Amino acid sequence: MKNPLLPYPVRIDDIKVETEDKSLKTFKFVFLNPEDEEKFSYRAGQFGELSIAGKGEIPIGIASSPTEKGFVKFTVFKAGLVTSHLHAMNVGDVMGIRGPLGNWYPWDILEGKNIVIIGGGFAFTTLRSSIVYMLHPDNRSKFKDINVIYGARTPGMLLYSDELKAWEARDDINMHITVDSANNDPNWKYNVGFVPTITEKKAPPADKDTYAIVCGPPIMIKFTQPVLDKLGYAHDHIIMSLENRMKCGIGMCGRCNIGKEFVCKDGPVFTLDQLNKMPREY
Amino acid sequence: MKVVKIDKENWAEGIEKIKESYKVFGPSKSKEFHLFKELEKGEAPDLNFLNTRLSPKSMFFPQSEGILCYCLDPNKKDECNIVKEIQKDYSPKAIIGIRPCDAKAFTLVRPNFDNEEYQDPYWIKAYDSITFIGLACSNTDDSKKGMPCSSCFCTSAGCGPFNEEGLDALIVNTDDGYIIKALTNKGEEFLNKAELSANSNADELTANINTLKKQAEEKINSFVETDKLKDKILLDLHSANFWDDECFACINCGTCTYVCPTCWCFDIQDENYGDSGVRFKQWDSCMYPLFTLHGSGHNPRSTKVQRFRQRFMHKLKYYVDKYDNGIQCVGCGRCIRLCPVNIDIRKICNIMNSYEPAA
Ligand SMILES: Cc1cc2nc3c(=O)[nH]c(=O)nc-3n(C[C@H](O)[C@H](O)[C@H](O)COP(=O)(O)OP(=O)(O)OC[C@H]3O[C@@H](n4cnc5c(N)ncnc54)[C@H](O)[C@@H]3O)c2cc1C
Ligand code: SF4
Ligand code: SF4
Ligand code: FES
Repeated sequence: MKNPLLPYPVRIDDIKVETEDKSLKTFKFVFLNPEDEEKFSYRAGQFGELSIAGKGEIPIGIASSPTEKGFVKFTVFKAGLVTSHLHAMNVGDVMGIRGPLGNWYPWDILEGKNIVIIGGGFAFTTLRSSIVYMLHPDNRSKFKDINVIYGARTPGMLLYSDELKAWEARDDINMHITVDSANNDPNWKYNVGFVPTITEKKAPPADKDTYAIVCGPPIMIKFTQPVLDKLGYAHDHIIMSLENRMKCGIGMCGRCNIGKEFVCKDGPVFTLDQLNKMPREY
Repeated sequence: MKVVKIDKENWAEGIEKIKESYKVFGPSKSKEFHLFKELEKGEAPDLNFLNTRLSPKSMFFPQSEGILCYCLDPNKKDECNIVKEIQKDYSPKAIIGIRPCDAKAFTLVRPNFDNEEYQDPYWIKAYDSITFIGLACSNTDDSKKGMPCSSCFCTSAGCGPFNEEGLDALIVNTDDGYIIKALTNKGEEFLNKAELSANSNADELTANINTLKKQAEEKINSFVETDKLKDKILLDLHSANFWDDECFACINCGTCTYVCPTCWCFDIQDENYGDSGVRFKQWDSCMYPLFTLHGSGHNPRSTKVQRFRQRFMHKLKYYVDKYDNGIQCVGCGRCIRLCPVNIDIRKICNIMNSYEPAA
């Protein structure tokens, strides 16, 4: 019997500091046993449990794309016990990963459609996974227009700055990068304003072939939703990714449920239509 | 399947015989309550009890169970920080004298730990290693006990004093002996290993059981209404106005969840001992605020009423909707008897079942 609570051993292969305050780092892991990489086959939108022996386990969205082979990446905000230990670890250190866990963005439905990605703060990690996946030469033709609206508090808090530039330079994706405030960067040449405001200005018109993927802090989601309503997006065309406190990640510990759904197993991805039928316990 | 009747005097002999094949657990008196413990040589289960104070769920879902282990010694390069499975004893066990409600409870819990997507090997292997020998709730001369408490409501909670679900054999305590009815191959094997031979007429014994069953069921005089729960709109019940009043007295102590045979929530924690450590799985409770507290400080169930509602909604609506398998409660009444402020799931269930949102 496969033990879903047993992590795969991995080695930290690279660590990249993402933001100027150093609160976010991207960890690149390689599997100690190559066959475990195969078992960890994932889709964009899923998450894993990072496991540090002696400290515990935490759910983190997978930041790398299934099209990137040989490693798996997670971008982690230094929040508390486990994340602080992770931030103190070094290249070469060994730890564990469980997963992949949860559902993913509904790629079968999204194929052939216009996609608007709306992300804020460090919830952008699984959206990176999705963007890299869609932009891959094998996949790009499966999607129509791709728009990305991504906001952070300041320019220095944007994740994946090199990739943002590379995407900006491409003509098969429309990037709408924004910051709440650019005071500390006189050279800032993109948008200034909150994600909902930029969404209202830049999001393509709603139609049956356009899907919005929204992922961000609760406050951003709260104010983005009325904007999408105003733009006429149907609730089954708005796809959200939730977070809840998790432990097992496999629907057993009873911690992360919202109504009868488990965020770890039935989610983290839900349409707004589904969320409307669930209690607001997130 | 085999049905036998044995003299109570022969019982001890049978118990000793089966200790050769199983580790045997049974109710044993400890201070004023009974609990399930491994029976030592010469010790027979004490069947003179209403029900154990705690449900026997800890037999396969221990309150705290080491599941994984690891080494933290940096000098041991090949082992350091690698998490491994702890090997456990899953040799055959027999649990004698479990009440039908408790046995049924574990069948309600099973889909949580054993489903198409994921299997918890610890729960499953431990559960499957056990032969469940139930004790029907019937009255006898040598004991006025064994009859329902005023807080038992099993018959309307999808169970009953002679319920057979989840059991491998059922013991019926009669005036002049024990009738033991095998229900599964595991139960039959148990009878064979106990070398309790069939010396009576099976049809007669079965008829005997059925009479006692009817009598016992008639003695249960406490009920819940559950027929309308399935049809209620989840959000209507969730936003109903009775929760504030009903939760008023609750002190979020969590007792109701710990004593409940159908509560399964757990936590996972690491505990270190020098340069090694163990990852534990341990009972947790939706009644506690830390249960849902996010790393960011946000808590989706930060108030008492939200946590109180969670427990009852889970048992009486979420479970009903998710599994279509009745309510997640077998009517054992433990949470009613042990709640320090007299919160009664029967009352909440009836309120939920009859709730109509204001038009
Ligand atoms: C699906 C999902 C995806 C996520 N993706 C990302 C991501 O991509 N990047 C990212 O940075 N974050 C992500 N998060 C958030 C991340 O899981 C949390 O930031 C992380 O769990 C914080 O862990 P911590 O141990 O550092 O924080 P802590 O606050 O120390 O601990 C987390 C929780 O454990 C409890 N706790 C801590 N110590 C104890 C103790 N001693 N005893 C009992 N309880 C304790 C706390 O109550 C807290 O709620 C995601 C979360 C989810 C659910
Ligand atoms: S036992 Fe009673 S007081 Fe304690 S948490 Fe349960 S309902 Fe509340
Ligand atoms: S909810 Fe109460 S009555 Fe129902 S099974 Fe649990 S402890 Fe027994
Ligand atoms: S994290 Fe355990 S049920 Fe979702």
